[in-house]
Amino acid sequence: MSLRGLSPRFWVAAVLVAFVVLVGLIGPLIVSTNPDATVGGLYEEPRCCGPLILGADNEGQSVISNLVYGTRTSLIIGLVAGLIGTAIGLLVGLVAGYRGGWIDDVLSAIVNVGLAIPVLVIIILVSVSLPKRNLYTLALVIGFTAWFWVARAVRAQSSSIRTREHIDVAKLSGAGFWSILRRDVLPYLLSYVVMACILQISGAILFESTLSMLGLGASNTTSLGTMLYWAIQWGSVRTGAWWAFVPPTFMLTLIVFSLLLLQSSLNEVFNPRLRRGRAARKKAVKEGTELGTPIEAGDAGPVGTEGILESPVSAGRDR
Amino acid sequence: MTEEIYNAEHIVKTFGHGKNQVQAVKDVSFGLEKGQVTCIVGESGSGKSTVARMVLGLMPITSGKLIFQGKDVTNLKGRARTEYWRDVQAVFQDPFSAFNQFFTVGKLLERSMLMVGKNVGQERLEESLGYVGMDLSVLARYPHQLSGGQRQRVMIARALMMQPELLIADEATSMLDASLRVNVLNVLKDLRDQLGMTVLFITHDIGQACYLADRVLVMENGVMVEQGTTDEVIFNPQHEYTKRLLADVPKLHEEIELHDLQEELQKAGELA
Repeated sequence: MSLRGLSPRFWVAAVLVAFVVLVGLIGPLIVSTNPDATVGGLYEEPRCCGPLILGADNEGQSVISNLVYGTRTSLIIGLVAGLIGTAIGLLVGLVAGYRGGWIDDVLSAIVNVGLAIPVLVIIILVSVSLPKRNLYTLALVIGFTAWFWVARAVRAQSSSIRTREHIDVAKLSGAGFWSILRRDVLPYLLSYVVMACILQISGAILFESTLSMLGLGASNTTSLGTMLYWAIQWGSVRTGAWWAFVPPTFMLTLIVFSLLLLQSSLNEVFNPRLRRGRAARKKAVKEGTELGTPIEAGDAGPVGTEGILESPVSAGRDR
Repeated sequence: MTEEIYNAEHIVKTFGHGKNQVQAVKDVSFGLEKGQVTCIVGESGSGKSTVARMVLGLMPITSGKLIFQGKDVTNLKGRARTEYWRDVQAVFQDPFSAFNQFFTVGKLLERSMLMVGKNVGQERLEESLGYVGMDLSVLARYPHQLSGGQRQRVMIARALMMQPELLIADEATSMLDASLRVNVLNVLKDLRDQLGMTVLFITHDIGQACYLADRVLVMENGVMVEQGTTDEVIFNPQHEYTKRLLADVPKLHEEIELHDLQEELQKAGELA
């Protein structure tokens, strides 16, 4: 796929995501202040240049330092939990959809029950009952509880691919169950899975900050949610210490917004029917005719637009 | 009289349950003779493709018995079914959906190579591509770089890799344009004549059946209404449905290729 075909929306989203990732990766290196060290007074106001550029929180700790470390925490949790959730959902959905029969019935029943229970309640209960909560246990808990909708969405896709002739051809060629699943079913819904994964990541980040804001987060870890927790506990909103709660709120919003924007712009790329505007429609028509000629489509490589066209369900709709 | 390589005895296929139950295939029996081309002819929805899928073991049969080379092959599972597919292969209707678009032709055929074993695999590969008039350069291509006729020939080559005893062609020509159609029909004919392969050819076009078949089976609404040698069925049809199918062959087609047929039909009509 050529880079020129991507929408401005995609580039905005990509730049925002890149910015967030840079803050999480490089931020802690630039802001060398320890987020747990006391560097100022209670809610000391922001002043230029130095660890107090965004002021101090209730314990006199640097807000900017907490912010960059918290961003890193959010990204780690989002990535770990999002990947775990996507992987489980993908596996369950693929097997249920492709296999069908009683296995599908059982797995679908489990997924339906899982979807009916509010995930946040489960996550709160499990994380409260854990003896020790650190970053990774929290990520595991979120990952293992928030995969149901991925499973359901993937199941729908793979059960439609099951009836295609190329699956019969693969069977006749002696391919085994897992080989067909991995090589004949999965590639057809890969674009879909990528989008689901992005949504999982942003969902996991929100779950983590919700938990932390409720005071149920990982202990001994700086996180955006924990910053908000302390800001509320110490009444920073009432006292007008905006620097204690605006930066983490802004950062969280930015992370989730950029991920959702990325997801929806990818959806547009993968699914030309969703492209908006006159120019985009014209472009879609033009690309449509080009796809018809066999050689032109050649440079699209193995992951052509054709397969993606065939998965028109928007991942966002399932949430 | 040649020996029968395949026998289907009273096979029945029912879809759905209760009120929505549909009998797609009703008590069908037939035999396939070794080294012959047998055609199943019928309009769409007559259950001929269902028969093909059952014979292939891709669809479980509701009742009845399938016998291949004296062995019961009804509802095979797992490894036994894979073994069965070494002897029975198929070419499907739609050369576009039969390909995994993420695979090159080489990767597609690699699976069959693994199935026959690495050593003979390469030989078989060149041999079967040779049969369908293609060379090794096609291996690097993706399906979207091939035309419909090329795709279908690759599919035939794939089936031939196994050197099957029985080849099932389910509407293998119906998505191809006329010139390519003859091309593929001739490939099937050559397979019978040169390799002695048994072919079960499924079509809705009685003209193609006439061109290719040694024996013709006619299906209507899941019932096998007539079977016999091509001469018997095409030139002396007994069943009402067969006569109607023959009458429905387009005029132009008739005048050019089936001129004799028309006369025969008239005679048959006068007799009846």
